[in-house]
Amino acid sequence: MLIIHCPLCGPRADKEFTYGGDANRTRPSDDADEAAWYDYVFLRDNPKGWHIEFWQHAQGCRAWLKVERHTVTHEIRKVTACRNGRNG
Amino acid sequence: MGMSTYSAFSLFREALSGHKGWERVWRDPEPKPEYDVIVVGGGGHGLATAYYLAKNHGIHNVAVLEKGWLGGGNTGRNTTIIRSNYMIDGNTHFYEWSLKLWEGLSQDLNFNAMVSQRGQLNLVSTPAQWDAAARRGNVMRACGIDAELLSREEVRTIVPYLDYSGNARFPVLGALWQARAGTARHDAVAWGFARAADKRGVDIIQNCEVLGFARDGDAVTGVATTRGVIKAKKVGLAVAGHTGHLAEKAGLRLPIESHKLQAFVSEGIKPFIDHVIGWGAHHFYISQSDKGGLVYGGDLDGYNSYAQRGNLPIIEDVAQAACALIPSIRNLRMVRHWAGIMDMTMDGSPIIDKTPVPGLYLNGGWCYGGFKATPASGWCFAHTIARDEPHAFNAKLRFDRFRRGVHIDEKGMGPNPALH
Repeated sequence: MLIIHCPLCGPRADKEFTYGGDANRTRPSDDADEAAWYDYVFLRDNPKGWHIEFWQHAQGCRAWLKVERHTVTHEIRKVTACRNGRNG
Repeated sequence: MGMSTYSAFSLFREALSGHKGWERVWRDPEPKPEYDVIVVGGGGHGLATAYYLAKNHGIHNVAVLEKGWLGGGNTGRNTTIIRSNYMIDGNTHFYEWSLKLWEGLSQDLNFNAMVSQRGQLNLVSTPAQWDAAARRGNVMRACGIDAELLSREEVRTIVPYLDYSGNARFPVLGALWQARAGTARHDAVAWGFARAADKRGVDIIQNCEVLGFARDGDAVTGVATTRGVIKAKKVGLAVAGHTGHLAEKAGLRLPIESHKLQAFVSEGIKPFIDHVIGWGAHHFYISQSDKGGLVYGGDLDGYNSYAQRGNLPIIEDVAQAACALIPSIRNLRMVRHWAGIMDMTMDGSPIIDKTPVPGLYLNGGWCYGGFKATPASGWCFAHTIARDEPHAFNAKLRFDRFRRGVHIDEKGMGPNPALH
């Protein structure tokens, strides 16, 4: 069980959260070229190690969080609340 | 080399002589300085690739490099199901070719892969699922693949132990039945391909981890390993689960996330579940091993991970599905659970292709489909490496299909790997 320390609600089980994937990607501008959109939508760094990722506290305060988690040990070392949902 | 052929006669002979004459099954050679082809990954896919490179294409100067032991990754971690009930063009004929290869595999390899065509029921619980199953079955039949839509009463005669009561959380309305589907012994698949490839001159090198690539300009010219640099004209990756990790060392970013998928085994019981059962209402699948344990699984844990172990929410979720569908197993104990790392692609389908890096070939992105694909995957990857172009069966499983917008999205989930 992952325990995610929601900055608004405190430590909660991962069942309360919805995973939002890699949080390092930046959404291209609407008129960006196809290559930029391909990169954003489909390609991932997929690191074996520390990963900054989105989680939404869907069954709690509903805030989107940025979580820094290790993909081998599952240790979580940092959680911050996003001000603009999945735009950071 | 010089390994004997397995037969009833050889078994009889060894039985009389106390089983002291069996030879080792494959050699343990030192790596040569250079090969025509290096296949990275000594699981079923890598070993099958080496076997078909030698058998179909006459390329015998081949090494398979494995960081641990043969079949110690996902080949030994899956739920051993084989089937070909795929509907989207690009997958359908590929997986059917794989099932056809399974049907003759033990004879071809002279190794008992224990292929058991016990049939698979994909249960239907809603009218929409019924329509989807009918459509899938029709596509399969139009492609010459066996499929049959069964009513609730027909399903009941085959598997009377499901919950057919009025209290069932998800009622069983029927099933899509593939009689030729079933299971195979997963370790035997690795060992059988290894033995048959070794017999044809392939060097199988265990405890040899690939750390990076030797380059000449853009081109890959070999691999740097824990046992030194080994040169090769062509390098093929068959390391699903860790494809992204290794491709990154060649400077490639992939349309892949690594996720973990759990599997479970109960204590052994007498023969009870005679078929493979899949259940879409709660994403759950179950069969019974020859040792008697029920082998079952469900969803991914749902977040990026390279840990080969699972977490509790999915254990609970899958156990609930098992008890809801088959109430009589409620008191069985779960004795083991583990996880394998899946390459989850952006459309849920695999990649067998050349890469933009000269000399580097990619076999990965197996999502849930890896074990059943083993023979066809090796067949097609060997063809792609030997001929520098895909075989007809992997002509659509291309690296650049996401850029070109020709996805093979069997589940219709879009670019969301955790949901495929």
